[in-house]
Amino acid sequence: MIVAKRKPFDEIMEMLEEYKKVLVVGCGTCVAVCLVGGEKEANILATELEMARKLADNPIEVDSVTLERQCDREYLAELDDKQTDYDALISMACGVGIQFLAERFPDKPVFPAVDTAGLAVNQAVGWYEERCRSCQQCVLAWTGGICPVTMCAKGLYNGPCGGTNLGNCEIDPDQPCAWYLIHERLAKQGRLHHIKQIYEAVGWRDTMPRTLIQPGYKKPEKEEAK
Amino acid sequence: MSTDNGLKSGSNLEKILKAGHFAFTGELGPPRGTGAKEVIEKAQHLKGNVDSVNITDNQTAVVRMASWAASLLLVQEGLEPNFQMVCRDRNRLAMQADILGVYTHGVKNMLCLSGDHAKFGDHPDAKGVFDIDSMQLIAMVKQMRDEGKFLGGAEIEHPPKIFIGAASNPFAVPHEWRVHRLAKKIEAGVDFIQTQCIYNMERFRQFIKEANDMGLTEKCFILAGVTPMKSVGMAKYMKNKVPGMDVPDEIIERLQGAGKGKVAEEGIKIACEQIEEFKEMKGVAGVHLMAIEWEHKVPEIAERAGVLPRPTVE
Repeated sequence: MIVAKRKPFDEIMEMLEEYKKVLVVGCGTCVAVCLVGGEKEANILATELEMARKLADNPIEVDSVTLERQCDREYLAELDDKQTDYDALISMACGVGIQFLAERFPDKPVFPAVDTAGLAVNQAVGWYEERCRSCQQCVLAWTGGICPVTMCAKGLYNGPCGGTNLGNCEIDPDQPCAWYLIHERLAKQGRLHHIKQIYEAVGWRDTMPRTLIQPGYKKPEKEEAK
Repeated sequence: MSTDNGLKSGSNLEKILKAGHFAFTGELGPPRGTGAKEVIEKAQHLKGNVDSVNITDNQTAVVRMASWAASLLLVQEGLEPNFQMVCRDRNRLAMQADILGVYTHGVKNMLCLSGDHAKFGDHPDAKGVFDIDSMQLIAMVKQMRDEGKFLGGAEIEHPPKIFIGAASNPFAVPHEWRVHRLAKKIEAGVDFIQTQCIYNMERFRQFIKEANDMGLTEKCFILAGVTPMKSVGMAKYMKNKVPGMDVPDEIIERLQGAGKGKVAEEGIKIACEQIEEFKEMKGVAGVHLMAIEWEHKVPEIAERAGVLPRPTVE
C-alpha cells in the first residue's frame, strides 16, 4: 500500500494561517490502513487545529469528512456541493489523492496534511517498510524477489558495491545490504547465474509523468472525463 | 579493437603492464579548494616513482577539486593520471562529456567506481545520481573506445582510447561471490583492477588463487592495493569503521609492539613485506600504493620496496 506520515503540526498551522473555515478531507484506503489519514486521524486534526487556533487568537472553523478514496473521481464527487462552504481544503490522502482533489476543485486552495512516503509493506501495526519504487520495469524475477532499486541505497543493478559490510549496508548497520540478501537467496535456490550476467544501463521510465492504459481500454473523451 | 601499435590506449600504465613489468601506481587526493600548487607539490613526490597516479573523485563523498581538473594538472606536470570517476555525482551525459574532455587533454587511464554514499560526506542530503552503476560505466567506456559509440548509440568523432580500470574488494562477504563479481567486471570490459587495501594476506592469497583458477588473471591485470598504516589509531579505525576492510588483529598487535615513535616505520615495513610477496605472487601484475595524505613518503616506500627505478617502455 501507499504509506504516508503526517506533516509537522506547525507546518500545517502555517499553511492554513489565513483561512477561517477549512475542511479536513480524510481518505479511507491506504492512509487509513497506515494510521495517518483515515476518519479517526481526520477528526483529530480538525480538533487540534481548532484548539491551536483558539489559543493563537485566530479562531478557525474546521470540519472533517472522510472519502472512500481520493484517487477516484466518483468519491470526490461527494464533495462537489460541500466544498463550496469552505475557504480551503486540507487533504490527508497520499500525494495522488491530494492532487486529484485539487484538480477537481481548481478554484479552491488545497493543502497536504501528510508527506507521502512510498509503497510499503505492513511489518506490524504502525511499522511499514518500503519495498517498491514503481520503476515500471520490474527485475524481481532475476533478483530473488528482492528489489535492488528500493533496497540498495545506491539503487545498483549490478551490486553489491564496496560499501557492503558483513551483510549490511554502509549507510546503516541496521540496514541489510540488498545485494547480500539477493546473493543469499539466489544461492539457496541455485539461481546465481541470474546475477552473474551484467544488467545493462537502464532506460529509466520514471523520469516523466506516466499514463497507464490497460489493454482493451482507451483514454475517455475530454467531456466524459469531467 | 586496438590502436595500430596493439595497445588499447597507449597509456604508460598499459605499456608497463603489457611489457610484463611489475606495475607500481600511486594516488593523489585533490584539495578542498583551488590550490593548484598543493596538487603540483604532492605530484612531485610521485613523479618518477610510480607509473600512474590515481586522482580521486570527491572521495568519501566530500567535495574537492574535480578529478578531471587535478588530472589535467598532472598531465601538465608530466605525470600520468588515472582519472577516477564515480557514479554518484553525474549522469551518463555528464560522464561521457567528461571522458571526451579528459581524453582531449591527454588522460588515458580511468578508474570506474560506484562512489561512497553521500551520507558519509559533507553534503549528506545530496541526491545520489547512480544513473548507471560501475559495471555499466565500464561497459560504456569500452563501447566508446572499441565501437566508437556513445551509450545512446550515436557515433563518436575521434573516440577516446581509454585504459579501463575498476576496483575489486576481495574481503567483502560473501567471499565466494568476489571472483564472480571480478569476472563480471572483466566481461564488462575492464583492463586492470586495483584492489581494496590488503591487510589480510591469507584471504587475498585465496582470492587470487580463485581468480587464477578461473583464468581471470589472464584476462585483466590485477594491482594489489597497499596502504601503509601510519598509526595504531588508523589501523583500528580501518578495522572497525571502514566498510569492507579486513584488518587482522596481528597487524594491530604488530604496530602496537613497535614502540613509541616507531609505529609508522613498522607500517612501512609491513607494506614493503607485502609488496615483496606480491612481486612473486602468480596473478598479481603490480601494486597500487594508496599512501593517504602521505605522498611525501612514496619515494622512500618505492625505494625500500625495490620498485625503483620505474621502467620506461616505448
